[in-house]
Amino acid sequence: MNEEQKKIQEVVSREYELGFSVDIEEETAPPGLNEDIIRFLSKKKGEPEWMTNMRIQAFHIWQKMEEPRWAHLKYDVIDYQSISYYAAPKKKPKSLDEVDPEILRAYEKLGIPLEEQKALAGVAVDAVFDSVSIGTTFKEKLKEMGIIFCSISEAIKEYPELIQKYMFSVVPMSDNFFAALNSAVFTDGTFVYVPKGVRCPLELSTYFRINAQNTGQFERTLIIADEGSYVSYNEGCSAPMRDENQLHAAVVELIALKDAEIKYSTIQNWYPGDEEGRGGIYNFVTKRGVCAGENSKISWTQVETGSAITWKYPSCVLKGDNSVGEFYSVAITTKAQQADTGTKMIHIGKNTSSTIISKGISAMRGQNSYRGLVKIQASAQNARNYSECDSLLIGDKCGAHTFPYLESKNASAQIEHEATTSKISDEQLFYLRQRGINEEDAVSMIVHGFCKEVLANLPMEFAAEAKDLLNLTLEGSVG
Amino acid sequence: MMLEIKDLRAKIGEKEIIKGLNLNLEKGKVHAIMGPNGAGKSTLSKTIVGHYEVEVTGGDILFKGESIVDMEPEERALKGIFMSFQNPVEVPGVTNAYFLRTAVNAKREYEGKEPLNAAEFLRMAREYAKLLGMKPEMLNRSLNVGFSGGEKKRNEILQMLMLDPDLIILDEIDSGLDIDALKAVSEGINKIKSPEKTFLIITHYSRILEYVKPDYIHILKDGKVVKTGGYELVKKLEAEGYKAIEEEQ
Ligand SMILES: Nc1ncnc2c1ncn2[C@@H]1O[C@H](COP(=O)(O)OP(=O)(O)O)[C@@H](O)[C@H]1O
Ligand SMILES: [Mg+2]
Repeated sequence: MNEEQKKIQEVVSREYELGFSVDIEEETAPPGLNEDIIRFLSKKKGEPEWMTNMRIQAFHIWQKMEEPRWAHLKYDVIDYQSISYYAAPKKKPKSLDEVDPEILRAYEKLGIPLEEQKALAGVAVDAVFDSVSIGTTFKEKLKEMGIIFCSISEAIKEYPELIQKYMFSVVPMSDNFFAALNSAVFTDGTFVYVPKGVRCPLELSTYFRINAQNTGQFERTLIIADEGSYVSYNEGCSAPMRDENQLHAAVVELIALKDAEIKYSTIQNWYPGDEEGRGGIYNFVTKRGVCAGENSKISWTQVETGSAITWKYPSCVLKGDNSVGEFYSVAITTKAQQADTGTKMIHIGKNTSSTIISKGISAMRGQNSYRGLVKIQASAQNARNYSECDSLLIGDKCGAHTFPYLESKNASAQIEHEATTSKISDEQLFYLRQRGINEEDAVSMIVHGFCKEVLANLPMEFAAEAKDLLNLTLEGSVG
Repeated sequence: MMLEIKDLRAKIGEKEIIKGLNLNLEKGKVHAIMGPNGAGKSTLSKTIVGHYEVEVTGGDILFKGESIVDMEPEERALKGIFMSFQNPVEVPGVTNAYFLRTAVNAKREYEGKEPLNAAEFLRMAREYAKLLGMKPEMLNRSLNVGFSGGEKKRNEILQMLMLDPDLIILDEIDSGLDIDALKAVSEGINKIKSPEKTFLIITHYSRILEYVKPDYIHILKDGKVVKTGGYELVKKLEAEGYKAIEEEQ
């Protein structure tokens, strides 16, 4: 076997490994959602009263809202009262040595050994296992530079001024049904603050993993890049095989102040369910960044391969003059997966510009929708947007749909939109096979070629992982 | 014998195109196939390499004594059969170099050899590209995307040189080439001509045959080989056309 094949073999044999679950004692709240549960959760986490009150407020907002149904998705009604809203490993370890070896093994199986990650050049890992952070590395080093990289629970206790100032400032609790739910019950997540003029020297990474059965996951992430700072943050996830659908409703808020830049990369690999979509994760995510100051920049890059259902529109609010928003996305749907994903670029400041590159790949019975909004407000003199939405179909039972929306209130705006749909042709496959490349490698080669512009935007370590994941996801989708 | 085709019958869709064809290709020889449009020349090459459109309905094809009609296309390729395409397909986003290296290393692995590393590969690819009059930048472009007709043909020959196959089928490699391109392509072919290799050159023109001297000429008509001869057949064809050869039968 050559390197390439070994790698494929490795990835292939990982498919079922990802579908394991680890035995650890959980302390789980009884299923259901009401004020008492929220108080229990908040108390468990030792939160100050103001936070508890925020949660209760969000809960009341959520109760009055209706679940949105406008996305191009089909799924059964979710019973929010059957979900358990809190699960945590019993004892909270102080260092990695104290982490349950079962958990460490789980990470190793997922190909993300914490021990090695520490040594890996430039990667600091904040691992979230279920709902509570269990290990944070490089924290001390970052601290010296004034960078805060910790769990959101810790930040609520340690940095209340920052939390009170910025949490809910980008995604208000009333923003949408899932954001309101998250605001009421979020369990943990990551907090990053990069002070003025500091360039974060490491790629910050978090790996999420759903473990407790029937437990909703409600991560909350808040990243603040102060004036003239830079940070690159990587989020990746993978989930075990399950029979029941699991709800995941995360909220991510990014704030880039004057001259600051945030690069946010995601590899999303939640369990997609079986051929019929049974047991897959429902992933309803609200991700939004605001370019608050002039010359600021926010760049979203995502590789979406997992989940039974994905509902996700990482967006940029371009408030500061000359600010820049970018969205690079690869979304794959195969088996019975459904994805409705895209972005919103809201131009408010002068000379703001945005770029959208979306690559949708559909195989087997997968349904892939791109939904994008480009909004140019009257104040956004000389705004520019370039959008490119390409779809690639593998086979003839899948679908690709594009819903681009454009609202422009300023005549000086320059907007360009391009969209293509193509199929992997038999002739392309045959050409590569005639040169001795087997069918699976040929498909993977064509697919990687198709998503190249997006993959090129991922940080190095992440790009290799994304490639493996694409291959794994498309396993057996041809022929 | 490199390739033995025995009473081969093949169809595309419902239409039988190869109708009981017999042909032997000798090791170390250059065979040329000529024949009118629609005679089945391209279909014959496609049948040899296992193209998905073609269905073999009778007869057999032996490559180095082994029947290949039931083999996957990639297996035939790995065993050493190469075909240049009349219209090479575009593959956006896949660089020529990446594609070439993957193909070369797939073959090396099949042969139990170590893969070529990036430096070795590039040195080799650049050298051959130069021989074919291709700019080194061509290696960094997406495979066949926006290539001119001549560039596509040169690129096919580049692949041939890199893969070093034993049986080389060139389907109208000379069509639409200007004289410089034709010379470059011929040079590529002559570069790997050896007693170990067999060429099957499909052409309408004698031009290329002046550069790459064939040992045998076969005339294909209506799905069969109707005449086999030496280089002198080309002259006769040029003077009298296919009609005369047909009547001679
Ligand atoms: N894909 C196809 N579908 C239907 N008929 C085809 C197809 N390809 C070739 N043919 C037919 O098969 C016959 C032989 O074609 P071909 O092998 O391309 O001839 P040549 O290369 O000798 O010009 C022609 O009548 C052509 O129309
Ligand atoms: Mg032809």
